[in-house]
Amino acid sequence: MLASLHSANTAQAPVTHFSPEHCCLSIDHFSLAYAGKEALRNLTLSVPRHRVTAFIGPSGCGKSTLLRAINRLHDLNESVTHNGRITLEGQDIHGPHVNVTELRRRVGMVFQTPNPFPMSIYENVAFGLRLQQRLTKRKRDDIIEWALTSAALWDEVKDRLHRSAWQLSGGQQQRLVIARTLAVQPDVLLLDEPASALDPISTLKIEELIRNLKSELTLVLVTHNMQQAARVSDYTAFLHQGELVEYGPTDQVFTNPLLQHTENYITGRIT
Amino acid sequence: MDITSDTHSQHISRQFNQELEELKTHLMAMGGLVEKQVQDAVLALLEGDTRLAEQVRDNDRQVNDLQLQIDDECTRVLARRQPAASDLRLVVAVIRATSDLERIGDEASKIARNALLLSESASTIRGLVEVRHISEHVRKMLRDALTAFARFDTELAMQVVREDQLVDDEYSSAMRSLMTFMMEDSRSISSVLSIMWVLRALERVGDHADNLAEYVVYLVKGLDIRHSDLDNLDPAIENKSEKKS
Repeated sequence: MLASLHSANTAQAPVTHFSPEHCCLSIDHFSLAYAGKEALRNLTLSVPRHRVTAFIGPSGCGKSTLLRAINRLHDLNESVTHNGRITLEGQDIHGPHVNVTELRRRVGMVFQTPNPFPMSIYENVAFGLRLQQRLTKRKRDDIIEWALTSAALWDEVKDRLHRSAWQLSGGQQQRLVIARTLAVQPDVLLLDEPASALDPISTLKIEELIRNLKSELTLVLVTHNMQQAARVSDYTAFLHQGELVEYGPTDQVFTNPLLQHTENYITGRIT
Repeated sequence: MDITSDTHSQHISRQFNQELEELKTHLMAMGGLVEKQVQDAVLALLEGDTRLAEQVRDNDRQVNDLQLQIDDECTRVLARRQPAASDLRLVVAVIRATSDLERIGDEASKIARNALLLSESASTIRGLVEVRHISEHVRKMLRDALTAFARFDTELAMQVVREDQLVDDEYSSAMRSLMTFMMEDSRSISSVLSIMWVLRALERVGDHADNLAEYVVYLVKGLDIRHSDLDNLDPAIENKSEKKS
């Protein structure tokens, strides 16, 4: 009884500040603006290692913007300005000595629409590897098999590795893109609505894949599908109008959120 | 976060509002029927009304049917809506509550069966004062638990939880006097045993009312207080106060 009450009490202030040995990504008072228009406002949250963290919120709340900021996809857009820090394993990703290519190897990204390159399945997965290092064919083949297996695609494509990737179904293409990202062995995988363009079965395969991958890397998922966030994530952050509203263990956020605003959003109420 | 009784009518989907409202309405209808069953069973016993006792026994089927119907509605809401947060807690609380209400219905039937048995007894029946006293107490508990459910009133619910301890004490003391009756007059053993079964059934009704009250706290505060120590409960519930907006 005491234990249950204790946990009920501590649920009031969920543990979302992780010690350095458990924290993979740390976002610290981060703000971002597009041509002076603020898209993210003073966000502070930390993402735990080897866990799935979901960002949810209505359209335009800044969740994709935040995801993109984590692997500096805004760099090429000169109108974007930012403040605050994002650290990956304790290192500031905007620091002067950071190699952006290396950062993007460590922080892989998968988008809503599968975007395989117009080449064979094999070459798609080998693409990042070829850019990074010279490998013997045998070594490269091993990594490609490992990446496709990790992405739960190997059994479906092992007999047609040299066919065009465009022949694959949408769900297979998305898993191929994930395999391509995994091949360069990232620490973090950012997924921006990875299953929203897929049928339910492919969606379940991607979700199963997300669960399996968390033993190897840290995953951050942006999704509009709240049931999906509830199914696959360990932690959920609710963003609204560029601000972090509530961040906590998914079990708590979906059964008894702390804030009325979160409750209204996840239960589909008029706010 | 605290929710109020109109929390479940603010969804963007009106159909969903309606489904949740129906769950509550049907649960209240079941509660009303069960309350009447207990009342009639006790009345049948006290007044030796065999027709009323038979009616209570027959009406138990209606209680069972309502349980099946409401559970089925809950399953449908879970499958079609995948409710979250307070909506999910409402569905879970309703599923649990129907099971307790159905058991209360069973206890009412038990009382009615014993009323029929006792009506055949020639000797004076001992222990009716205790039955009347405890039945009034547990009926109030049941009524308050249902009111707390309807109004999402955790204070009233906690009152019911505290009352249950008193009923347990009254039950133990009534049992002691009934045992004395049996020792004094061995011819009364059979009828006193029936009264003991009735008291046992009433005490169980109190326990189920206590459960219903606990579900209200779960529904409103998101705090599961089953198997909790009463002394530590109030501060815990206090801590789980208002959800900030």
